[in-house]
Amino acid sequence: MTGAMAPVPYRVVAREPETADTVTLSLRPLDAGIEPIAPGQFTMLYAFGVGEVPISVSGAADGRLYQTLRAVGAVTRALHDTPAGAVIGVRGPFGIGWHLPAAPGRDLVLVAGGIGLAPLRPALTEALGRRDHFRSVTLIVGARTPGDLLFTAAVAGWAAAGARVEVTVDRPADGWTGRIGVAPAVLDEVDLDPANTTAMVCGPEIMMRFTATALLRRGVRAQDVQVSLERNMRCGVAWCGHCQLGPLLLCRDGPVVDYGRAAPLLAVKEL
Amino acid sequence: MIIDATALAGHPFLAGLPASQLDVLAPLARPESYNEGVRLFREDAPAAEFWLVRTGQVALDIHLPGRGTVPLETIGTGGVVGWSWLFPPYRWHFGAIARTPVETIRFDGAGVRAAMADDAIGKELAIRFMTVVVDRLQHTRLRLLDLYGTGPGSFS
Repeated sequence: MTGAMAPVPYRVVAREPETADTVTLSLRPLDAGIEPIAPGQFTMLYAFGVGEVPISVSGAADGRLYQTLRAVGAVTRALHDTPAGAVIGVRGPFGIGWHLPAAPGRDLVLVAGGIGLAPLRPALTEALGRRDHFRSVTLIVGARTPGDLLFTAAVAGWAAAGARVEVTVDRPADGWTGRIGVAPAVLDEVDLDPANTTAMVCGPEIMMRFTATALLRRGVRAQDVQVSLERNMRCGVAWCGHCQLGPLLLCRDGPVVDYGRAAPLLAVKEL
Repeated sequence: MIIDATALAGHPFLAGLPASQLDVLAPLARPESYNEGVRLFREDAPAAEFWLVRTGQVALDIHLPGRGTVPLETIGTGGVVGWSWLFPPYRWHFGAIARTPVETIRFDGAGVRAAMADDAIGKELAIRFMTVVVDRLQHTRLRLLDLYGTGPGSFS
């Protein structure tokens, strides 16, 4: 499997600042790249000499990988600051991604908190590529402030492609005219058929729990709610055990897990 | 303009309420529209009504000396605006303004309080308002956690 064990060199061909601390790196392999990546899977990005971290893939096209990351530690800071033209290592793709429903006519609801929008973007792109397959496609985005919103230039295009896009922030800045409040609260306003709804949720774990609870209260089945869980991914191939969550090794069995499986595990503090 | 029980039942807050109770509430309600920027109420003014939002966004706000009027939260389609009419001293703790064009059902608070003297209606509405209050409290607690910050336990 190309790229599972040894980092494959990729060149940073462009870096697009998204917010003050978040950037999208556009990566192109120097030679053969890693295997094709599915929406919701992740890679391990290696800043040579600094370290390796799991990063969501926010897009893939024309041989390029797009990976969006936030500078919060030494490794992510090094990756964030990598200039165009430099080379980093990529391992992957790893894990199980989003499961877009095969049955037609369902309501698709994507709920993103903060940088959780990054791994949802490929699923949204795929869904909008066959928009007629779904009865509705709704994206709810929550962020701390308007300045923390990702991919703002793409929102109009998503709406034009048939998505209902709702954006809310916890802390409005001067001049913000949009929603104020948490993402789960917006769910109450979404017209959906609970028995025919597929939901994909990515963000802080507490936010995902509250979102899933709101969906379940609407009548959506737990197995139709997918959440992307984050633990301490290291090896990516289910050998090291760092990402264990009860019976799951999230680098292999996740990061996307249906809430029916995830809920009882998230309720155990010791896991 | 009047509003009938069927229209009331179409709002999520009142959905499932027995027809007999909707018939009691209907005379206390009327449809009202607000243009963007129109204020529904001001903080510390007497609280004598509440609104069910049918479409649009209403912002709750408060005036801060030196900062002006600051929006705190928005309430959208299907939401409920106002519960200070339900408890003494019947004055608004915050203000509310239409953030977009808004269609509402406006209720006479004193009339609804009187209707709630009936045990069945009182219990139904008390539980429904408590649900709204609990949801808002939980959402406020979520915001207090500052989940999107960069501290321990934050998501990155």
